[in-house]
Amino acid sequence: MSADSQASSPVPLVRAGGIGVRRAGRWIFREVDLEVVRGNLVFLIGANGAGKTTCAKAALGLIDIDEGYVDRSPSLCVGYVPQRLAVSPTLPLSVRRLMQLTGRFPASEIDSALNSVGLERLGDPPVVNLSGGELQRLLLASALIRKPDLLVLDEPDQGVDVAGSDVLHSLIDAIRISTDCGVLWISHDLELAMKAGDDFVVLVPHEHEDRPLSRPDAV
Amino acid sequence: MLDDFVTRALFAGIGTALVTGPAGCFVVWRRLAYFGETIAHSALLGVALALLGEIPLVVGIFGCASVIVLALYFLEGRDALPTDTLLGMFAYGGLALGLVVLAFFPTVRFNLNGLLFGDILAVSRADIAIVWGGGIVALFVLWRLWRSLLATTVDADLASVAGFRPERARLAFGLLLAAIIAVAIKIVGVLLIVALLVIPPATVRHLSRSPEAMAVWAAVAGALAVAGGLFASAELDTPSGPSIVVAALALFALTRIRRS
Ligand SMILES: Nc1ncnc2c1ncn2[C@@H]1O[C@H](COP(=O)(O)OP(=O)(O)OP(=O)(O)O)[C@@H](O)[C@H]1O
Ligand SMILES: [Mg+2]
Repeated sequence: MSADSQASSPVPLVRAGGIGVRRAGRWIFREVDLEVVRGNLVFLIGANGAGKTTCAKAALGLIDIDEGYVDRSPSLCVGYVPQRLAVSPTLPLSVRRLMQLTGRFPASEIDSALNSVGLERLGDPPVVNLSGGELQRLLLASALIRKPDLLVLDEPDQGVDVAGSDVLHSLIDAIRISTDCGVLWISHDLELAMKAGDDFVVLVPHEHEDRPLSRPDAV
Repeated sequence: MLDDFVTRALFAGIGTALVTGPAGCFVVWRRLAYFGETIAHSALLGVALALLGEIPLVVGIFGCASVIVLALYFLEGRDALPTDTLLGMFAYGGLALGLVVLAFFPTVRFNLNGLLFGDILAVSRADIAIVWGGGIVALFVLWRLWRSLLATTVDADLASVAGFRPERARLAFGLLLAAIIAVAIKIVGVLLIVALLVIPPATVRHLSRSPEAMAVWAAVAGALAVAGGLFASAELDTPSGPSIVVAALALFALTRIRRS
């Protein structure tokens, strides 16, 4: 935590305490604490299958948790960039129509959101024709246009080329500073997390015990 | 004007197609064709119950279909069985149960052929009123659900984060589809109704630049198929329901040939 965010003791945008999710007879993760306050960049790190995506969804209330608690500040506006988006090829959805999916925005705002992620020359092609990296940038643009309080990014740099990835990192940082939003960033990159993050949470995949976890103070 | 049975059939058929086109777009986008089949097959049980309870057929079919939509909604994901297996069980379970129930009451007579393949030439003025009245309500509901359903179709999590309620939209669309199918069965029958839901949207997919345009064009393509099918059926003395479906397929083939 940065010193000044501690000093003003801001209300967290989202705070999860001791959360765990159990599916298909096993715990995907347990005992995870997570807190994002305004202006902070928090990384969620872990190997494939550690439960990062599941954990982020639990924090957003998209899936039910099986233990612990999650508090979200009321009327929290969230911008979410999912790990994957599979648009049905039968759905005629263009780039600009996708930007309007969750609300109506003037063309100028759509332009500037697309500009900010480097898609200004894309035009208005069908979403199914985009490359992986272009789709990733588009998803980020459609999250940003909502002017979110909390930005949740599930591996936003996957499929984005190295140069683009650096640009993306500085872009996300710039957005965080200019709009004072909180960012929860899912990544595999511990080095990046230690360098750029205000805080990070590491998920370790292991066989979680089925019995209730005994708290140290209960022993 | 509505005295002529062909004119009545045309009115009822076009009224139906104007609704099944836009609703069918979601069936195509969300891959619900088999879900539609299940609702349609369950209609036989609905008919059996309606005949026994002496309530209108449409009400019996819709009631029965709604129960199945609700059952699927609550079972899906909670049960280890895959969705298509669940759907198959309900589809053929409903069909078989309907036939068994009817066998217990040999004095009850109804037109099985008309139920399976449609009986559009027998529509009455009251049927037309149901098709158009119900159709306007259905289109209104679809219009209100549109944004939320479309967002859910693209990604349920994105929809949820944006304040939509994906689960509610899914359930509402299931019930809407049950109502549409209950009314449309009179026109093309249990076995052909899904054709009227999926062929027009498939036909216009490549002509459409946006989801909304595709919905409008699907309604137009469906109406053309109904008109063409009824015309051919009158000229060639072929069964009307199947003729409408063949006309829809011909229209589909036509747009494909022009493309290549
Ligand atoms: N609904 C579910 N039912 C059963 N298992 C599930 C469910 N959802 C997730 N899992 C399992 O939980 C584990 C964690 O999945 P998750 O997608 O959260 O991992 P992740 O850390 O995001 O991985 P990656 O780095 O590959 O994206 C996986 O082994 C997955 O199979
Ligand atoms: Mg993941």
